[in-house]
Amino acid sequence: MENNSIIQIKNLTKSFPTGKTNFIALRGIDLSLGTGEFTGLIGPSGSGKTTLLNIVGSLDTPTSGEAWVLNHSIGALSAKQAASLRKQNLGFIFQSYNLLAVHTVFENVEFPLLLLKYNASERKKMVMDALEWVGLTGKVKSKPPQLSGGECQRVAIARAMVKKPSLVLADEPTANLDASNSHHILQTMVKLNEELKTTFLFATHDEKVIGYLRRKIYLLDGKVDKDELTVGSKQSTVSSEK
Amino acid sequence: MKTALKLAYRNLIGAGLRTWLNVIVLSFSFVVIIWMKGVLVGWDHQAKTDMANWEIGGGQYWHENYDPFDPFTFTESHTAVPEEFKTEIAAGNMEPMLVVQGTIYPQGRMQPVIIRGINPGQNIFKLPTQKLDTLTEAIPAIIGSVAARNLRVQTGDYVTIRWRDTNGMFDAAEIIITGVFSCNVPAVEAGKVYIPLEKLQSMVQLEGEATILTFRDSEKERPAIENWTLKPQSELTKSIDEIIQTKTAGQSVFYGILLLLAMLAIFDTQVLSIFRRQKEIGTYVALGYTRREVVGLFTVEGAMHSILAALVAAAYGIPFLAWQAKAGWTMPMDVSEYGMAVAQTLYPVYSTGLIVSTVFIVVLTTTIVSYWPSRKIAKMNPTEALRGRLQ
Repeated sequence: MENNSIIQIKNLTKSFPTGKTNFIALRGIDLSLGTGEFTGLIGPSGSGKTTLLNIVGSLDTPTSGEAWVLNHSIGALSAKQAASLRKQNLGFIFQSYNLLAVHTVFENVEFPLLLLKYNASERKKMVMDALEWVGLTGKVKSKPPQLSGGECQRVAIARAMVKKPSLVLADEPTANLDASNSHHILQTMVKLNEELKTTFLFATHDEKVIGYLRRKIYLLDGKVDKDELTVGSKQSTVSSEK
Repeated sequence: MKTALKLAYRNLIGAGLRTWLNVIVLSFSFVVIIWMKGVLVGWDHQAKTDMANWEIGGGQYWHENYDPFDPFTFTESHTAVPEEFKTEIAAGNMEPMLVVQGTIYPQGRMQPVIIRGINPGQNIFKLPTQKLDTLTEAIPAIIGSVAARNLRVQTGDYVTIRWRDTNGMFDAAEIIITGVFSCNVPAVEAGKVYIPLEKLQSMVQLEGEATILTFRDSEKERPAIENWTLKPQSELTKSIDEIIQTKTAGQSVFYGILLLLAMLAIFDTQVLSIFRRQKEIGTYVALGYTRREVVGLFTVEGAMHSILAALVAAAYGIPFLAWQAKAGWTMPMDVSEYGMAVAQTLYPVYSTGLIVSTVFIVVLTTTIVSYWPSRKIAKMNPTEALRGRLQ
């Protein structure tokens, strides 16, 4: 694995059995991501972006090829090692938030820290810090059904960021949000990326998200179609707004 | 484990009404099982105590030929009271009893009866034998309330009895009912008439002889005596144990049904949870749980129903059970003719063992029932689960 690379993927293929044939979702992907990147996997539905995100997130394994994440070969990890990698180093943000509906905002954000066995006072401080990043300190006792979509996604971001992971994987994070909430969410993530140097990898086809990305990896039919660095992203706007 | 417990607790409390319905159903199981078992234990205690007080004392010696279920053995079931017991008898710590078969003629009807000769001054039994210590023209006799009802006699009535003496000669005399007693031991009452021992001995010409010797102290080591068979208290109450065991087996079916209903609710909830909470399961995996740990979490969650149920059961069950132990449970029907030692009011007795074993069985069963459907999670694809796709 290359130095400074947080993700290193070589000739990655992923296929799924569909009846008598196999559907090939990813075909010989090669790519590398460094620390602190704010990158997106962009493509239409069925292009393989979520599949790639799942493999990087150690929720799935490659059919062939190699995927190294934080010096761990995803295909070689046991279920326990994969869970440990996710628990220690990865944060997830989902399209439909995936919050625990019966838990409060505080408890949702606290969850990863419980798994990491932080003590109660540390947990409280870290949760409040995370909620402050996303501007939800006033909603600690609310439950997800009492929140708007934008607030739910901010809770999800806080949950993903609370343990300060090396890598955050966001799958269509703005798909269920209106434009205003989407920009708010994205600005929050940009801010966290800049302040905490956390690497963000998105799977998206939302133009609003694409506008914020510093690097865009276009996928088409399971292959990398284009990989480009952006100079004039909206991040500069964010910075100037600050 | 601590984390799983904390999460399971949050999930359960968060689930609200669904949790509390299961918990309440399960708490009924706790209370009803403990109460019913307590009634049986109470019955066992009460029956044994009543038998000791009314029939068997601390144990007995039976004449070797005596068989209480075969009246034909009675004519051969008597011998002189052994010399070694005379002191104990004089001190009131052992009571001889002579048993003779006879016939009673209430209102001209003829009915078989067992005539028991007993010392009027005895105090081993609760029998009101002091009512035999009276001077009347007829032979004073006491009789149980069930026997009195069956024979249609009451205190003050004169009735003719007939018996055969040791030579086989028939003789008859009048008895006067000087007392009607009520007790919970059917064997003491049913078809029996109690008259003074010395009177019966002279009626059958068996002076100084007895069929049964009842001693007060159940703990004392007893020697083997020629012509007599030692019957310790534990042996004489064996029939009670057998009845209780039969009852327990019968009630186990009821417990089973009760538990089954509660378990069905838990099982249903678990199946529904796994069906409805796929996204949540995927989220747990994404956040760092292995699928096995999620199985553990769901199992703990299901099993925790029983812990909450135990707490809820304690809240209303302890006052209820305590009140029952004090006030007792009065049988809705007349139990005097049940044919076994049973009081009209039973007082449940709850031992620590009974409570601990009931809680253990319910918690264990709930855990198994919770684990069973949760195993499905181990086979789930987390990426599909995250999207909430049914698997």
